[in-house]
Parts: sequence; C-alpha cells; structure tokens
Amino acid sequence: MVRVLLNAPKQVPKGQPFNVKLLISHPMESGQRRDAMGMAIPRHIINQIVCKLDEEEVFRMNLFPAIAANPFLVFSATAEQSGTLTITFTDDNGVEQTETTPVEVV
Amino acid sequence: MTALTRRAVVATGLAAPFVARAETGPGVIVVGGGFGGASVARALRRYGENMDITLVEPNETFIACPFSNLVVAGVRTIDSQQFGYKQLVADGIRVIHAAVIGVDPTRRRVTLASGESRPYDRLILSPGIDIAWGALPGYDEAASTRMPHAWKAGAQTLLLRKQLEAMPDGGTVVMSVPPNPYRCPPGPYERASLIAWYLRGAKPKSKLIVLDSKDAFSKQKLFQAGWARMYPNILKWVSQSDGGTVTGVEPATLTFRTDFESYKADVANVIPPQKAGHIAAVAGVADKTGWCPVDPITFESRLIPGIHVIGDAAIAGAMPKSAFAANAQAKVCALAVARLLVGATPDEPRLINTCYSLVAQGYGISVGAVYRPVNGLLAEVPGSAGTSPLDAPDQFRYQEAQNADAWFDRITHEAFG
Repeated sequence: MVRVLLNAPKQVPKGQPFNVKLLISHPMESGQRRDAMGMAIPRHIINQIVCKLDEEEVFRMNLFPAIAANPFLVFSATAEQSGTLTITFTDDNGVEQTETTPVEVV
Repeated sequence: MTALTRRAVVATGLAAPFVARAETGPGVIVVGGGFGGASVARALRRYGENMDITLVEPNETFIACPFSNLVVAGVRTIDSQQFGYKQLVADGIRVIHAAVIGVDPTRRRVTLASGESRPYDRLILSPGIDIAWGALPGYDEAASTRMPHAWKAGAQTLLLRKQLEAMPDGGTVVMSVPPNPYRCPPGPYERASLIAWYLRGAKPKSKLIVLDSKDAFSKQKLFQAGWARMYPNILKWVSQSDGGTVTGVEPATLTFRTDFESYKADVANVIPPQKAGHIAAVAGVADKTGWCPVDPITFESRLIPGIHVIGDAAIAGAMPKSAFAANAQAKVCALAVARLLVGATPDEPRLINTCYSLVAQGYGISVGAVYRPVNGLLAEVPGSAGTSPLDAPDQFRYQEAQNADAWFDRITHEAFG
C-alpha cells in the first residue's frame, strides 16, 4: 500500500467539468539508475491509472519512467449522475490499489 | 620638511586620506548595507587605498536576520540584532542614507531619491531580497500584518513574537515554507525548532504544523532527529509528498490552503516566495526568475557590464543565500573589482559557507562547504561539504551553539566593525 491523497468535490453540477487531484507517494524508480555496487536498480513505477465513475471509465493514463517520484496529477471529468469515483493504479509488480470517493450531482 | 609617507598619512588620522581619495581614486558605489554591502565596502577599503567608496543604504540601522529566530522564540532582544555604520564612516567610506531610484549603466551613474546623481566606475548591488507579493495567492503586503513573514528582521519579527505570546495554550501555529530558492535555506527549520522550543516551555498543549513545498531540506536528518527527541507531540512537518505545498492563504481567517486540505491557524507564519531586492530590477540585472545571474569569478552581472551583484540577490549556483555567503562573496567581489579597476585579471576564487542552526537553545548544528566556479556557476568542491555528526553527544550540540554565537559576533564585527 502506498499513501494516496485524493481530492474531488463532494458535489458537482450535472455535466460540468470538475477537477480530481491525486498525490501518490511512490518512488517511481526509473530503471536507469545503478546502486552503490554498480548493479541496475530495477524499474518500479506506477504504470497505469484508471478512473471510473461507477462502471464508466472517465480517465485513463499510462505513466512512463520520466515521471518524477511522488506524482501529483490533476485531471478533469464530468458526471451526468451521482456515483462513486474509483481510482485504480497499477505498478510494475502488478500490485493494484484502489481509492474511492462519492460524487453527488446537484 | 620631510615628505609624509603614505603610512604616516594614514597614521595621522582617517579624515585626511579620505579627502585625498575622493579627489583622485576610481569610484565604487555599493548599494545596500546588509552583510554583503557593508562587507564589500570595508573589503574595498582594504584592497584599494585610494579608492572612492560610497555606500548607499536607506536605513540608518541594519537589523540582522541571523539569530532573529531567537527573537521570535523570546530569548534574544531585537536590539542585539541592530548594527550601525559608524565604523564604515571611520574607515573613510562615504555612507549616504538614501534610496537609489535609478541606474544608468551607459553613463555609469546612479540617481538617489533626492534627485542627486552620482558617478561610478563600478557599481556593486547587494540588495538582499524582496517579498514576491502575490506569488502565493492571497499573500500581499496587507496580509503580512495578520500573517507575518518575519523573513526580513525588524517589525515583522516582533509581530510574530507578539502573536506567539498572545496565543493561548492549546493553540495551533501554522508555518508555510516556499519552494527553492529563498533566503536562508535552513532558516524555516530553525524557526520551526525554536517556536516548538518556546511552545514546549510556555504553552505545551499547543501544536506547530509546518507545511512544506519540498521533500528535502538543509541539515534535514539533524533537524528531524532533534524534533523526534524534543518536540514529538508539538511539531508536525508536512512534506510536499504528504500534500504540504500551500497553494493559497486567507488572511481574514488565518487559513492555509493546499490541494488537499485547509489548515486554520491561531498564529500564522507565511514564509513567502522571494526575489532579488527591488533595485536589481531597476538596474536591469535581474532575469525572469527574479534573481541576478553573475559571473562567479567577479560577481559582475551577466546582463549589464560594470554592475556587480552579491549576496541573496545573486544566482550563486550551489552557494546558499546566507549572511556568511554574502560576506564571502563580498570579499571575492571586492578583490576582483580592485583588480579590474587597475586593469588586472581577477583570480579564480574559492568561497566558503558555514551555517549554524539552533534546534533548541544551547543545541546547535552546522553545515559547511567550499565552492568554486565550474562552467560559469559556483559548484560545491567535491568532498568539501560536511554536517555535524548525527549521533553526537549533547555537549557537542552545546559547543556548536557556542560556536554559532562566536560566528555571529565575528561576522557582524567584520561587516559593521
């Protein structure tokens, strides 16, 4: 488990874009570095983030080694009806983590 | 009648050679009478006996930033931070208390607020910092009367002290730290330490939250070891990756906003984004970063010839914005200017910075390094940097606090006499 800060508005106007902010505590090890013994440090990054509102995918992002440690991401989405925002990210070891927050359309 | 030797003239008194210099020697104007400006004026006096040296500084009293966190903590008076220019005058430096409002680099003249225009052969700016008002949304000059920055010593320092004294036990102090670069890299952490020290003694139910735009800082392990030991229930540091970056403030409610949370304070200390002192922009030596690119050998501006910039305002590569660095740069710059004025080539310098911080009263830590020009910027000499040991006994920390006292006496004596 990594620590994630997630900020999305609790209430959003129907069909209007709103911002979702994510701050993920992750080393994002690029795979390009070597340790003190000269051995390559294996790549270990979050490589994919998918955001769904209930079952509908609203945002997807593929991440690459050039993205810095502790990525801070802001993206916008719209909602036609109230639901649960589910954000799932996957790292190079295949570990998945999910964060959720309710969004009410007003 | 025996002709007086130069030595004899100097021995007869300082006023006489001063007049002779004013009539004959090349003229250097120094703008800004802080650690950089006062040090460079006095160093020029040592290197150029017939030089005509003028220091222009609006204030008759300088209030030093180093140790001002002890004023915030209530264990030092602001009076002990104050220094005047009497010794500079006695050294034969013309000290004019006025603001510079214009610089004409083509005619090599500066204009004072009175309208008076003065010529120079070389101009040295040591203007320190200005607060970049508005760079942090909500933080303007009016906001600083409710949320003091106390990052220029003086009335702001005393205001923060007064607010801490007035705060009831159980209150929350919130402090925000800007991204690099800013004056005194370890300063926010020394201040956090000393506020926590004050709270622990006087208001032990209170909290201090430090909201940081960074994940790493100067002397970090030493500070954090001290915090864990002395202030575990008082001081909370929120790093950038913990969401500590402050995106705006609300002075009316003493609230700090981040992308993820709001923090309401009883006492709010905003260490705001900064830029080179105003005159740097007037002279045209500040670039779009707000700071001044300089040649690391002479500290001459990369933008305007004949103007040198030292201290916090300069982009000095790896060298921090500190009083010690300003003093070291002043001596290098003075020697370079003295050589340039006689048509000689300045030598490549080595510069030293040492910086003490207090984690509590009588508990000091330090960092030091040597710098040299590499590819047009000052870089740390490999292997030269070092900090206090992480596992030192209390006696060692006490000794470093004593060393910090000695350092302050020495550097203020060198700059102001």
